[in-house]
Amino acid sequence: MTLIFEKRLQRSRLAAALVPFLSLFLALIFGAVILIAFGVNPLQAYQVMLKGSLGSSYALSETLVKATPLMLTGLGVSIAFRMLFWNIGAEGQLAMGGIAATYVALFLSDQLPAPLILPLMFVAGVVAGALWGLIPAFLRAAVGVNEILTTLMMNYIAILLVEYLYLGPWRDPQGYGFPGTAPFPEVAWLPRLTGRVHAGLIFAVLAALLLWLVLTRTRWGYEIQVIGENPRAARYAGINIGRNILLVMLLSGGLAGMAGMAEVAGISRRLYHGLTVGYGYTAIIVAWLANLNPWGVLLVAFLMGALLVGGDQLQVALQLPAAVALVLQGAILFFMLGGSIFVNYRIRVIRGHRAGVMKAKGNE
Amino acid sequence: MAIRSLQPERPPAQPPGPPCVVQVRGITKRFPGVLANDHIDLDVYSGEVLALLGENGAGKSTLMNILSGLYHPDEGQIILHGQPVHFRSPRDAINHGIGMVHQHFMLVETLTAAENILLGWRSAGFLLRPDQVRREVTELSERYGLRVDPDAYIWQLSVGEQQRVEILKLLYRGADILILDEPTAVLTPQESAELSATLRQMADEGKAVIFITHKLDEVMAFADRVTVLRAGKVVATLPTAEATKEELARLMVGREVLFRLDKRACQPGKVALSVENLEALNDKGLPALRGVSFEVCEGQVLGIAGVAGNGQRELAEVITGLRPATGGRVRVWGRDITNRSPREAIEAGISHIPGDRAGVGLAPNLPVAENLAMKAYRRPPLARGPLLNRQALLSFAQRLIEAFRIATPTLQTPARLLSGGNQQRVVLAREITAGRGVLIAVHPTRGLDVGATESVRRTLLEQRDQGAAILLISEDLEELLELSDSIAVLFEGRIMGILPTDEADMEVLGMMMAGESPGREAGI
Amino acid sequence: MSEALLVSILTITVRAGVSLLYATLGEIYTERSGVLNLGVEGIMMMGAATAFAVAYHSGSSWLGLLAALGAGTLMALLHAFLSISLRADQVVSGLALTLFGTGLASFMGQRLGPGGTTMVGLQGPGFQRFPLPLLSQLPVVGPSLFTQDVLTYFVYLLVPVLWFYLYRTQPGLHLRAVGENPQAADAMGVNVSASRYLYTVFGGLLMGMAGAHLSLGYLQGWADNITGGRGWIAIALVIFATWDPVRAVIGALLFGGINAIQFRMQAAGTTVPASFLNMMPYFFTILVLVMITWWETFRKRVGAPAALGLPYVREEKG
Repeated sequence: MTLIFEKRLQRSRLAAALVPFLSLFLALIFGAVILIAFGVNPLQAYQVMLKGSLGSSYALSETLVKATPLMLTGLGVSIAFRMLFWNIGAEGQLAMGGIAATYVALFLSDQLPAPLILPLMFVAGVVAGALWGLIPAFLRAAVGVNEILTTLMMNYIAILLVEYLYLGPWRDPQGYGFPGTAPFPEVAWLPRLTGRVHAGLIFAVLAALLLWLVLTRTRWGYEIQVIGENPRAARYAGINIGRNILLVMLLSGGLAGMAGMAEVAGISRRLYHGLTVGYGYTAIIVAWLANLNPWGVLLVAFLMGALLVGGDQLQVALQLPAAVALVLQGAILFFMLGGSIFVNYRIRVIRGHRAGVMKAKGNE
Repeated sequence: MAIRSLQPERPPAQPPGPPCVVQVRGITKRFPGVLANDHIDLDVYSGEVLALLGENGAGKSTLMNILSGLYHPDEGQIILHGQPVHFRSPRDAINHGIGMVHQHFMLVETLTAAENILLGWRSAGFLLRPDQVRREVTELSERYGLRVDPDAYIWQLSVGEQQRVEILKLLYRGADILILDEPTAVLTPQESAELSATLRQMADEGKAVIFITHKLDEVMAFADRVTVLRAGKVVATLPTAEATKEELARLMVGREVLFRLDKRACQPGKVALSVENLEALNDKGLPALRGVSFEVCEGQVLGIAGVAGNGQRELAEVITGLRPATGGRVRVWGRDITNRSPREAIEAGISHIPGDRAGVGLAPNLPVAENLAMKAYRRPPLARGPLLNRQALLSFAQRLIEAFRIATPTLQTPARLLSGGNQQRVVLAREITAGRGVLIAVHPTRGLDVGATESVRRTLLEQRDQGAAILLISEDLEELLELSDSIAVLFEGRIMGILPTDEADMEVLGMMMAGESPGREAGI
Repeated sequence: MSEALLVSILTITVRAGVSLLYATLGEIYTERSGVLNLGVEGIMMMGAATAFAVAYHSGSSWLGLLAALGAGTLMALLHAFLSISLRADQVVSGLALTLFGTGLASFMGQRLGPGGTTMVGLQGPGFQRFPLPLLSQLPVVGPSLFTQDVLTYFVYLLVPVLWFYLYRTQPGLHLRAVGENPQAADAMGVNVSASRYLYTVFGGLLMGMAGAHLSLGYLQGWADNITGGRGWIAIALVIFATWDPVRAVIGALLFGGINAIQFRMQAAGTTVPASFLNMMPYFFTILVLVMITWWETFRKRVGAPAALGLPYVREEKG
């Protein structure tokens, strides 16, 4: 008996709807196995995670805090993935956004009128992220350099640049050796909505709306769609792929830069190593699980935010490494990937083919 | 006599004497949404050349892929030398002496001819022994007149040479049942004749040769017997000596076939497309076009003949802006568009039916409507500034679907679910609607069944009669002779000559396709 | 340059280059079969973590190495299953592998020290350097190239073997064909899926070994983010090496050399901030990629296996 996969004529909507939930479920079971292997009661651990991330209004607000940068970077990554530009560099683009916003907050806030500071930080963050994203886009469009590797290498560079700045020239002289810049003046604080939830959440929702409009209502969105489905057909139809790569990466990097600005201005209110904690990588999972849909990104980012907060709670309550959250994220993605075959294929069973006949090898 | 051979029942006319080596019994194969083979019975005798005749999509290739172990049948049985066999993979089939030359060659471009011949060979041992292989290959190629340099990389070989490598691969493994899928599609008429001689020689040595074709002339010239397939079923098997072309055509198509389209006399107008000393490189950086010049007037079809790989693809790509020219000029109504972007070529009035329908002409996963809009989306009413008017897009698509009779369940159906003919109609509809008079058509009917082919050809001629300038690039000489007003032959990136169609025939074109200048110079 | 300095630079160059070389060789074989594995970083990380944990608790570097090979195999098997059997997107599957491997390794690093504590800062057993008889007597290369650990000597042997296998043997011919044109290989009776499984797993084995050399040879300890992007650099080196095992050596030495220069400058008390020194490998990776891509486009030569990253399905219509 053999199992074969047979391509479906139509994508199965049922499978498409079920696979994400099933993946989450299987990932939790898989995570439980690992937790047991490390001598932890998985039910207790999951309970801690659930309570810590969604169980109270404080927990919920913390989840939104983590979800905000995931939403922005997830949106950025998803638009690039849509045209098969593998931007793995959201982490670095976020870092550059944070650096630029920090520069404005530290060095320009006493020279400019207060109402200008935050808008200027916003613009600086977006522009810095966009330009950082533009470099690999240009290398790909002009020379054809593999963007997966360049965006990734630029993450390391950006993170080291952040490190250089807060340990070196921008280090807080009154910080008693704390590795970070001085706190921002109050004019450079992003308004908070509730708890630590800040205006970045509003940016994220507006960005999703904007992205959705671009994708469904504009010629540019149509071009991105055609490039993503068949770049050769796009070129043939007169669509300039190089130009689109540059534009999309400006947008993608800009969104990540916005996340970086929101993080420094909304949460830490200074630049330190806590800026780059892997949001840009989780964003890849977010974008993929959301099937690159802007509204889906918001939802999945929220769930991933909950997972991260839950992971932190594990550390507090059970002294378990927060990396559990990363393991779970990876596992969800694996099951999702494996499961997506059922969306496009059906399984057919072929009964054993008269095994005896096989032996009758005519003339050998 | 037609009534007799229309009966699908056996027994067919059996040549007495030679043993039946392959018996195919009740083979059925389904693909999602298609019944490709429907209880097929087939007998093959040693020492014969059997033609498997059928339209595109009749199930010929599927059947032979099953016989060569690449596909598994859903039902039915293959009996080889009296023993039932079941092939799990091509390796099983090869071990039983069955080998196939596929229509798209199964060669690894970056390996040498000898390495390709060795590929998958079981008794090769662990180490590669290049000298021994070279010797054996040379021996075989001399014996069958299949000249090939064993140390040449596949990408360096012409299409004809590549085919020889494919055949050598099978002979090297001692195959005694050879299957060739549309072997002449890529050859000049003279090369086809040589191939025919080789096939005959192999049959005379007692091998069984099956070749797939949809060309009636070849059946008559090459084969001892012919089995006709239609819509996945065997409709007849008969000796070619007892068959006529007309009868075979009717069997193949299932109705009377018109062999000629009505074509009005050509009334050329102004020069619409002019190409002057065009030069370009292929993907490997080697010269593909070496000074190509011609003109196409309004209301004229210029055919470009040639064996695949002589610069046809590059020519179409340079004219449409997809490939840079390294020299020369392309002009549309006098306007120079050399090395401008594809978009500028489109805006200058060039439409393009690409040779690779699914790979270039369509975004197969996108809905039919989006595919139809691929050139119109930039202009009103579809575009409103930077915005896209979805309502206008849908009504535009609806209009085209009706005007070009595209059979699609809905506007939202992904293009890949349409039949080949309807996919081509989508491309045609889009290109003709967007176009402004210059049409580059590359293999416009490749892979289409007779009905779709007729309809595409008729549409092209209608366009011509309405004043379009059409450059028709095709490897199908019949098509070129039927549609073109003049025919130019490309050989190794050069135009060997341009002939008015009424002065061209298969023989002259064949000579030119093989690189010989025509006796009477028609001027370039 | 004094001989002592040269020896020291060469020694570090080789030591830093070995794990890169293992990873690059693994990825070359994987990609040659047509599978793109972007999980190198994650596999190396897992290899390093398991190698150190097992070696620490068992006291045997060899058991640690074995564990790393097992971890590499398992992770590559997962990638093979997803991308070959389930035809998942290979880019995303590889990224998932990296994220997952990084997470799990970091988890292990924090839990697998004595009594469930962290492994950071622990002293464990490791593969020590020893001079090869005769060869170590040579000037300069003797004390540098031939006074190394056993994994380094093994890779000296591995490179020519892998090259020979690829270009001079029948299975090597099949490997090249499967990544270049799986249809053709299949039609001639080569089992495409089995080959791809085999070489993906073999590649994972080497990547696990690369990780083991980090934690048992080069650094002899565990640190969070121990690989520091080496897995990604290895993928870039595959392009640099144009999928050729021998040319991978040049790439690995080049990047080992950058590491060595970095060390020397730090040791010499340079005024260049450490952050900038640490950027060098990443910066050079980009530079090398740009140059090699530009050069290949210019020469119209694309070295990548033509079917890289594409799932192969025999029967598919429509």
